[in-house]
Amino acid sequence: MNHEKHVLSILVDNEPGVLSRISGLFSGRGYNIDSLCVAETTDPAISRITIVTSAEMPVVEQIKKQLNKLINVIKVYELTGSEFVEREMALIKVNAQPEHRAEILRIVDIFRCKVVDVGLTHYTVEVTGTEEKLSALITLLKPIGIKEIVKTGVVALFRDPK
Amino acid sequence: MKLKGSQILMKVLKEEGVDTIFGYPGGAVLDIYDALVKTDIRHILVRHEQAAVHAADGYARASGKVGVCLVTSGPGATNTVTGIASANMDSIPMVILTGQVPTALIGNDAFQEVDIVGITRPCTKHNYLVKKTEDLARVIKEAFFIAKSGRPGPVLIDLPKDMINQVIDYAPPEEPRMKSYNPTCHPNKKQLQKVVKLIRDSEKPAIFAGGGVVLAKASAELTEFARKAGIPVMGSLMGLGAFPGTDPLWLGMLGMHGTYRANMATAHCDLLIAVGVRFDDRVTGKTDAFASNATIVQIDIDPTSIHKNIPVSIPIVGDCKTALKHLNKLLDEADLSGLSARRRQWLDQIESWKSTRPLAYCQSGKIKPQYVVEKLYELTKGKALITTEVGQNQMWAAQYYHFDQPNHFITSGGLGCMGFGLPAAIGAQVAAPEKLVVDIAGDGSIQMNIQEMATAMQHNLPVKIVILNNGFLGMVRQWQELFYDKCYAHTCMDFAPDFVKLAEAFGAVGLRATTPEEVEAVLKEGLSTPNAVIMDFVVEPEEGVYPMVPSGAPITEMLLV
Repeated sequence: MNHEKHVLSILVDNEPGVLSRISGLFSGRGYNIDSLCVAETTDPAISRITIVTSAEMPVVEQIKKQLNKLINVIKVYELTGSEFVEREMALIKVNAQPEHRAEILRIVDIFRCKVVDVGLTHYTVEVTGTEEKLSALITLLKPIGIKEIVKTGVVALFRDPK
Repeated sequence: MKLKGSQILMKVLKEEGVDTIFGYPGGAVLDIYDALVKTDIRHILVRHEQAAVHAADGYARASGKVGVCLVTSGPGATNTVTGIASANMDSIPMVILTGQVPTALIGNDAFQEVDIVGITRPCTKHNYLVKKTEDLARVIKEAFFIAKSGRPGPVLIDLPKDMINQVIDYAPPEEPRMKSYNPTCHPNKKQLQKVVKLIRDSEKPAIFAGGGVVLAKASAELTEFARKAGIPVMGSLMGLGAFPGTDPLWLGMLGMHGTYRANMATAHCDLLIAVGVRFDDRVTGKTDAFASNATIVQIDIDPTSIHKNIPVSIPIVGDCKTALKHLNKLLDEADLSGLSARRRQWLDQIESWKSTRPLAYCQSGKIKPQYVVEKLYELTKGKALITTEVGQNQMWAAQYYHFDQPNHFITSGGLGCMGFGLPAAIGAQVAAPEKLVVDIAGDGSIQMNIQEMATAMQHNLPVKIVILNNGFLGMVRQWQELFYDKCYAHTCMDFAPDFVKLAEAFGAVGLRATTPEEVEAVLKEGLSTPNAVIMDFVVEPEEGVYPMVPSGAPITEMLLV
């Protein structure tokens, strides 16, 4: 059985305690949360939670049903196949000694990301993309020396019909 | 209209049809109590908040209404957790009102403050913290709506003191409409048609009925369905009474302590129609081997119950009563000729399982607990409301008392909560004052909430307690006997109070039987006493509950007497 990655997009009441109900459901029933993002939608009464979970198919079905059972959950979408776009952002603080500065900037250029903060010994790089792009960039920057890293987790939306 | 929060609370409770509250006062709920005594709502003062919840549970099951309890903040609230968890597992509609420190103090570790909403999030159907008195009426209405609709369950409302004593301009709330909560009640008709076809084609069908049938008040529909289609029925623990226990089609309980015929029928049937069940591990045993020859149909209002433990071929999400009604109509229209002839062999097979391996025990010089339950059944003609504690007493009650009606067997099924029976009996007696209410107990579990005898006495509730006193925590002892080389680690209750004297100390009646000959006389006297009674039956200490399927084994691997 394969533990595939599943992206769940959940619309919920924007109320205190709702996130706790959802994270509590995952921890209480032994489901995984790989990443979790939450913010208000255009309707301030509704928030969207994007959760990436890895589980076998029957378990994912059960997760979706359990989520739907929560009173504050309005709708649960599972994003699958190529029918959605997903992005993640990371800020990477990388060692920038004079001998590495040119190389870092070249990598930043190739990955079409940005240097958003410069210090005497570091660059902070902002990168947006799929998980694969982020991990490729991190692989290249690692030998130079990553001081700190922060990632947002995946956000995703369905593509509309063309 | 200017109203105080506590007055609004009472007003909406009345509108929701609440006539009884089980509770225990305290600092944070003084205003509520002050408003409560000025209404005609009956308040049953318990001796421990856990009992208030169990009593509301018993009341809800016996009356078919939403059970309500009211406790103070902090320890009052935490004491309710066990009762709430039990009600949640058994899907009992209930509203729990807890006091809370004033909103300005929340989060400050104030005196008697706990985050009860946080604590009970995973064991309630839903819960609320009221942060505006203006929300109070709507929240109460929503709580009742959620508690009793869909798959029922307990809903907790946390009431900060300042929300309750504030005076506001009261505007009656609208009927609750929640965009995120809309249970599916109407089953898919195409799926139901498939069931009728399966019934026509089946040689060896069986029905498995659970607590969902009782909760949906669908016993009449289930009985009609089973008789019409000529299909034998077995029940889960929670399903006892969903189908008449004296009907020839009844096979008894299924599962770990199920009857031989029910377990064998499950293993051999070619069609299993599961109604209002969730395939608990105590029912299925080894899941791979469960009903492995059958096409499984599952009807349940809760989609999460379907495919959770057992994969099913025909899932039907919806209200059991609606589904069964529709199935009955479809059966009326269907051509069922030749059905009974084709089933003859199957029913004969079941009959031979029944006659070769009936529920049985061996008589001895000592009182057998099964004998006490059998006699109780005989003397009450099966009409009593039975509550139980948890363990061997519960299983013997389930096996040897036969329930012809729903809501007559009140037990903590899912959580298996010792100390449930006495407070539940109190709640049931409040709901049904004209009925005989009997708590079948063990000497261990009765001691968990024995203080509630005082509640029964204060409110003149003539509950009858039958203690099957074996001096052990019997069910755990049985596992130790079978699976731990008889190493009875701390399951022997070397010391117990004298239950007869204890009854008398509470002002109740205490009776004891030590020989089989005394059993009937003690039961007769106890049952006819118009007061609360404790009957102490000193039974065979090491009697076991059989059949028994070892945990995790296929349900056909039964240890028999």
